[in-house]
Amino acid sequence: MSKPAIEIRALCKQFGALTALDSVDLSIAPGERIALLGHNGAGKTTLIKAILGLLKSTSGHISVLGGLPGSMAVRRQCAFLPENLAFHKSLTGREQLKLFCRLKGAGTGAVPALLDRVGLLEAQGRRIVTYSKGMRQRLGLAQLLIGSPKVVILDEPTSGLDPVSRDSFYEITSELAEQGAAILLSSHVLTELEARTDRIVILRNGSVVADGRLSHLRADAGLPIRVHVEARPGQGDMLAARFGGTRINGHTVKILVPPEEKVARLGEITGLANAIADIDLLPPSLEDLYRYYSDPRTGQNENSQ
Amino acid sequence: MISRILALMGTEIRVLLRNRWVATSIVLMTAFSLLLASSGSAPMGSTRIDLLTVTASSLTTLAVYLIPLIALLMSYDSIAGESDRGTLPLLFTYPVARHEILFGKFAAQLVVLFVATVIGFGAAALAIWFTAGVTGAGLVHFGRLIATSVLLGGVFLGIGNLISACCKQAGTAAALVVTVWILAVVMLDVALLSALVADDGGVFTKTIFPWLLVASPTDAFRLYNITAIEAGFPAGGLTSAVQTLALPGLLPLISLFLWPVIVLAAAGAALRRIQP
Repeated sequence: MSKPAIEIRALCKQFGALTALDSVDLSIAPGERIALLGHNGAGKTTLIKAILGLLKSTSGHISVLGGLPGSMAVRRQCAFLPENLAFHKSLTGREQLKLFCRLKGAGTGAVPALLDRVGLLEAQGRRIVTYSKGMRQRLGLAQLLIGSPKVVILDEPTSGLDPVSRDSFYEITSELAEQGAAILLSSHVLTELEARTDRIVILRNGSVVADGRLSHLRADAGLPIRVHVEARPGQGDMLAARFGGTRINGHTVKILVPPEEKVARLGEITGLANAIADIDLLPPSLEDLYRYYSDPRTGQNENSQ
Repeated sequence: MISRILALMGTEIRVLLRNRWVATSIVLMTAFSLLLASSGSAPMGSTRIDLLTVTASSLTTLAVYLIPLIALLMSYDSIAGESDRGTLPLLFTYPVARHEILFGKFAAQLVVLFVATVIGFGAAALAIWFTAGVTGAGLVHFGRLIATSVLLGGVFLGIGNLISACCKQAGTAAALVVTVWILAVVMLDVALLSALVADDGGVFTKTIFPWLLVASPTDAFRLYNITAIEAGFPAGGLTSAVQTLALPGLLPLISLFLWPVIVLAAAGAALRRIQP
């Protein structure tokens, strides 16, 4: 395996009496896309700021591209999209992006191409005050692309974006990953992450409570599969009694099936084909997993790699 | 490093142009300067005193109030505004040192203030040139006035940036700079003058007072310019009081050079302390 782009060991951050980060371990390889999940106040933004060198950690170790976080050499290869970015409203999109190119030591020749990539070429001469929230977010995305970054960090990038903008957003971050950039993005919008990230890290009260591929996290959590059985007229009560399910309306019964009994129970259900009109299988969603791992009663401190 | 500072400077000048600060400061400086130039010519039109010199003296008093005000209003937003817009954490992750951000913004503001001063005071000088003619001595006074005005502007731009770096919100910074202007420019003179009256030529007047004048950037500015013009016009309370005191002539100028350095260093330290 190649050297990690970001390596965090036993990272702690105290704000007075508050422990924002509690012995966090995390390693991100080049080209890997990581989603960072957690409730508000779980420590996502603190962790991001520590990686960027905007915050000094209380103890522990962070190495970014083999260097210190926030050092000039590292900053040249990092890109960041903060939450709630507003830019200067009296500048045009092109002027704002040119400034970012100059500050990064990249030529301004790539500016039109960058704006075109995020669909802002036509609006480039307009002042940012006239941009919609989605357009401002895309301008933020354009500045991420300057100078082929090796580490890309996005804080709540898709909040307030329409589905089409979200899609192009993930398309662009995936492209950066294909070029070898390590991507770390924090998000609340869970459903959209399933196909677009390689690994999921869940923070709770400053600790990592889950870290692994989605399929591994699913297996570890052992969450039941929900089976919705639509009964033929008059058969609802019988089905509910037989499988211990609950009626969710006049003719549909919800049955929770543990993953290891899945095949056997489905066999039983389909054996009653005469009584059944339809079956829906609902595997545990990312929301279910997230709830499981971020709930102090069910989530354990374990790293499943 | 230079290219990054220039990029930040260019952007700041563009912002000052767009939000009308360039226009506002030029209009203010020009309007007040022309007003003073014309009022100076009315009662003394036929006297032997050089009109340009008279006007330089009254413009000194104008500059004491106007330049700090323009400088503070131009600079209070520079860091706190970035913080408001959420661009400060982004800027801090770019490969640009925090003092470079400060220098770029400060230099742009200083250029704008310099241009406004040259145009404003220059308009007054030109008006007098065409109506009453000029003397070499008068032009020297004007040149000195413009140069020290830029220094005075530098002091208050530095203070504005310092306040801006200490405030999380631009609104707080705006309230603070107005307070600073009232205290440092308006109230300080009143306080010094009342202390002078109360002391009635005692120890305070002879020992502490001259040093307080040198230490205050606005008084150092007035002292240096009026002492240099030296014509003994009735220039107003403090200055006429100070003309009777012997002070090394360069001290006020040194004070004007030291102030911007000190406040900029403090602003740089405040900027480094920010954890966005």
